[in-house]
Amino acid sequence: MQISHRLALTGVAALGAAGTAAAPAAAQTLNLSVAIPRLSVAEYHRPYVAIWIEKEGAAPRTLSVWYDVDKAKGEGTKWLRDVRQWWRASGRALSFPANGVSGATRAPGDQKIAFTAGKGPLGALGPGNYTLIVEAAREVGGREVLRLPFAWPPKPGATVKVQGSSELGAIALTFGK
Amino acid sequence: MKSKFLIAGALAALMFSGTAQAHRQWMLPSSTTLSGTESWVTVDAAISNDVFYFEHFPMATDNIVVTEPDGAVGKIENAAKGRYRSTFDVHLTKPGTYRIASVSTGVMGSYMLNGKQERLPRGTTKDKLASVIPAGATDVQTAEAASRNEIFVTLGAPTANLFKPTGNGIELVPVTHPNDLVSGEAATFQFLLDGKPAAGLKVTVIPGGIRYRDALGQMDLVADQDGKVAITWPQPGMYWLNASIGGGREGGPGGPGGEGGAGGPGAPGGAGAPPPPRPQAGPPQRRAAYITTLEVLAP
Repeated sequence: MQISHRLALTGVAALGAAGTAAAPAAAQTLNLSVAIPRLSVAEYHRPYVAIWIEKEGAAPRTLSVWYDVDKAKGEGTKWLRDVRQWWRASGRALSFPANGVSGATRAPGDQKIAFTAGKGPLGALGPGNYTLIVEAAREVGGREVLRLPFAWPPKPGATVKVQGSSELGAIALTFGK
Repeated sequence: MKSKFLIAGALAALMFSGTAQAHRQWMLPSSTTLSGTESWVTVDAAISNDVFYFEHFPMATDNIVVTEPDGAVGKIENAAKGRYRSTFDVHLTKPGTYRIASVSTGVMGSYMLNGKQERLPRGTTKDKLASVIPAGATDVQTAEAASRNEIFVTLGAPTANLFKPTGNGIELVPVTHPNDLVSGEAATFQFLLDGKPAAGLKVTVIPGGIRYRDALGQMDLVADQDGKVAITWPQPGMYWLNASIGGGREGGPGGPGGEGGAGGPGAPGGAGAPPPPRPQAGPPQRRAAYITTLEVLAP
């Protein structure tokens, strides 16, 4: 699964590079909706959530991390490593609080967040195939990772959706101007 | 079944007399991958049959040296020794990789004095060698025994500055960082013996949790000409890694070659020539041992 996905990415990236150069530089946005499920458990804590993008051959980029930012002495950072795939890919190279990236944990429900190309944590995106990854880890609970592949520049109106099963609900990525 | 074990045990005792490590020695950190501006790890240290269960003997902690990511010497705190295990804490205050190590270099050997063969006392170190050999001793034969038991823990991103080899005994040099291991991925480590690639070194890797399964699940690996071994982790968890030479311990050459091995196990099965007569008392074998505990995370 992972391997074939990577192969596909490499192939298309090469094609993209050979094709037209930079896309029109309109202010593209990534609009993300992340459903945090309401769980009926004895002890509930809001999950730590990391959102980042990966591209074959490029360093992963963290877009947002929701954790206990307000705890005294940065104690909330102690558990960041439990968002383990993100921690390995990108988190451990950051210092916290990370400007424009760190945010408070969010309550159950549909949580919206938007990123603008060329600005903030998203930065400029070269053409190619990317994966946006959402990982949630909950204290005394479980962990889930969901991957949303997308091409850049995106087709107008393109939407990528994926459905979580335990620690995450429906996630939708739409592209706007 | 039982008698087989007893025989094996007796043979082991014969062959490796003088070795304090008939069992498996290990240090088990509470965590190897940590985040935050500072953090603590607590370590269990023991000598036991099954990894990682304390059921035999506590490991001594007075020889443990902590090396911080920048090379400074750290310390262990809250050390305590129980019936079956020792425990201590290390406070991580700097970003990067820490080493927690128990390293010893002993010298064994013998000399002749007044027509009698005498052995060097246990615990002889290289610098004390001159003081333990009396005047008039002849036929002095010595061999070094270097042992290294070390673990690594990382606060933040892994760093590699403290992997500069000392050139003594068996050492691990990361190709894959020991705090960056994920099940299903292959990790490569290079082993050095006295600073040179330990080609042909036998390396044993055993997943923790032995008590609750029937098969040991041991992986036996042999270092290539560069001293490298590649290990693919079958599942997440803690793994015990051991490599040794000269002592016939797990991962070592083994077989009936140890000193004092009267006869060796079993008769030669095939035809072939009888084994050549063993020399009366050859020089002691140089020994070196390496132990580490590795944490492999789930993908």
